[in-house]
Amino acid sequence: MKRLSEERTKLVFEKLTKYLGDNLKVLIDRPDGTYCFRERKDRVYYVSEKILSLASTVGSDHLVSLGTCFGKFTKSGKFRLHITALNYLAPHAQYKIWVKPSAEQQFLYGHHIAKSGLGRITENTPQYQGIVVFSMNDLPLGFGVTSKSTADCKHADPMSTICFHQADIGEYIRSEDTLL
Amino acid sequence: MGRKAKFDGTVVSTGPGRKAKKQSDPTFPKGLIEKTSGPLSRHQKQRAKKRLLKKNQNEKLREPKAKKSKVSKEVVKREKIQSSADENEEEEDADETPVEETSEEEEQDNEEVEQNQSLGLKSGPADSDDADSSEEEEENEDQDDSDDDGDDDNLLPIEKANKRLKKKQEKERKLAEDEMKDIATHQDIFTFPTEEELANPTSLKDVQQRIRDVIMVLSDFKTLRDKDRPRVDYMELLKADLCTYFSYNTFLMEKLMQIFPLSELLEYLEASEVQRPMTLRTNTLKTRRRDLAQALINRGVNLDPIGKWTKIGLVVYSSQVPMGATPEYLAGHYILQGASSLLPVMALDPKENERILDMCAAPGGKASHIAALMKNTGVLFANDINQDRIKAVIGNFHRLGIVNSVICSYDGRKISSAIKGFDRVLLDAPCTGTGVVAKDPGVKTNKDEVDVQRCCTLQRELLLAAIDCVNARSKTGGTIVYSTCSILPEENEWIVDYALKKRDVKVVPTGLEFGAEGFTNYRQHRFHPSLKLTRRFYPHVHNMDGFFVAKLKKFSNIIPKKDTQKDEEEEEEEEEEKEKDSE
Repeated sequence: MKRLSEERTKLVFEKLTKYLGDNLKVLIDRPDGTYCFRERKDRVYYVSEKILSLASTVGSDHLVSLGTCFGKFTKSGKFRLHITALNYLAPHAQYKIWVKPSAEQQFLYGHHIAKSGLGRITENTPQYQGIVVFSMNDLPLGFGVTSKSTADCKHADPMSTICFHQADIGEYIRSEDTLL
Repeated sequence: MGRKAKFDGTVVSTGPGRKAKKQSDPTFPKGLIEKTSGPLSRHQKQRAKKRLLKKNQNEKLREPKAKKSKVSKEVVKREKIQSSADENEEEEDADETPVEETSEEEEQDNEEVEQNQSLGLKSGPADSDDADSSEEEEENEDQDDSDDDGDDDNLLPIEKANKRLKKKQEKERKLAEDEMKDIATHQDIFTFPTEEELANPTSLKDVQQRIRDVIMVLSDFKTLRDKDRPRVDYMELLKADLCTYFSYNTFLMEKLMQIFPLSELLEYLEASEVQRPMTLRTNTLKTRRRDLAQALINRGVNLDPIGKWTKIGLVVYSSQVPMGATPEYLAGHYILQGASSLLPVMALDPKENERILDMCAAPGGKASHIAALMKNTGVLFANDINQDRIKAVIGNFHRLGIVNSVICSYDGRKISSAIKGFDRVLLDAPCTGTGVVAKDPGVKTNKDEVDVQRCCTLQRELLLAAIDCVNARSKTGGTIVYSTCSILPEENEWIVDYALKKRDVKVVPTGLEFGAEGFTNYRQHRFHPSLKLTRRFYPHVHNMDGFFVAKLKKFSNIIPKKDTQKDEEEEEEEEEEKEKDSE
């Protein structure tokens, strides 16, 4: 369990800003105690300092996970968010997409979102913007990146992709073993 | 039937209802109605002539043979016409019916009676005046009324029906009595099967019958026994039969027979054959039970609350979608969990801002329940020795949105060397799983004395380690909950009793409203009387997996050190006990 290096902190924050925008501050300055990012085996964990201090007695061989895992650094040095980060992304997301019930299942199986499945989208979403995907009854389903801006969506072909799939909650079943 | 009473003030229309409408006149077949024929037309006359001619020709051809039959036919025809005429007459002047016709009418009546009886039998033996048959009777009433005066008995049709009914009831009672006698004689007949019979087992049905018979004999041993056979023989026979019928091994069946009285044993075994209903626990961190139930009902799931004792459990009767893959499940609104798994956590009663340890956490059902009760405050340590199974804990915790957790994979017996000072510890110890036979039928055959012995040793060590982890000076807690999904006293009461001797702990009430009391006396063992406060749960009584829950309170951090000699003596004693057991 170690602090993130300067570069890696930058990478993580850059990635989170894509989804949260200015709301990233909410994660860092919290009213209910200090929270911090810690790195272990290339995984990044977001955890309260209270818990961190208690967990320090646990040997590194035996520690499996603590707090919330946000994602991992790939071998090429990039930071990838995991679906486990959705817990914090969903309430603070800047841009959102709501999918129709018919397209819900498609997305949960790891497919992109087509125009036909688009229920609602936040106004003024730019192209290639990180967004969080919700079902029509406000259940967070995952996150992705828009392939078209809100304006372009209006004139898009029904079968054309609106949002690229990055992670969805179906992964809890599909890839339970590789979640961490 | 009948009109619906309307109590909301709407006016019900008066007058004869739809059902009270007068019956229409009866219709008769064409042949019975007398033709009121006028004079024949010319064409008709011609056709009649032709017919006559043809007839004559035919008669001539087969005069000798056919004559007789024809005559008889004609006679019948005439009679028919006459009788119909008689009926008509009757209806016209009912008061003065001739004597001859009453006999005919009675015959008719009898026929009707037979009809009614057959109808009554079809719709149910006891009450022949069903809706259908009564209607028919009403139809007949018109006719019956007409000849009532002529009847010798002067009985109303309803009285007749009553008589018939009484006769039938009498008959049935006799039959029932005969059957009872038959059964009684059969009971007496049960004889102990010979060696040959035992060596060549017949069908399972015979075995089942024999089980019932033997239990019957054992329940009233003095009168029903075979004088030359001791009770042991019967017990051995019963054990062997139960083993074959329910496919248990002898060891486990013997244990079960020691735990349950005979009447309960069969119930338990039968209940263990059936799966418990699927249950789920609402994740109160993300949703409320009512909202979740609504969302699931919309997906075509048929569910109900488990019971009054929990506010977060739901039982699923049927579902059109897989319950482990709905969007609600993936979003962490619920977790599939047996009803019995809620109990140890309820007994633990976690409070906010505490430090709690779940020693054997995988797959994280109970641990996540603890976190939900703590409302994501404080710290929850979830430990499990198995690296593969701990992945399920990670998945479940992240899915359910639990952020106050530390997941580690220590050997539970050594965890006190790493971390200590918990407010509460939950130990859901690994066990033989004799309470969850329905889930894993393999338990029936693959457990023996050695397995139980191994489990016991591990459980003792784990429980002592769990007690050592707890801080007795904790302001809010200092409690340990020990639970297993086994019903063997060796893995439950005995373990707790052992901990009471070794550490400064006491048994406290679990806070669960239901469940059977733990054993204080079991065969040769005499456990601490406070073990009455522990709780046992059985499939046949509580409709959940077999389970055991004990709540302990630690009152001092001192680990009592006895003389090593004394310890050894005790151990020796225990070993002797075990040897006795195995014998």
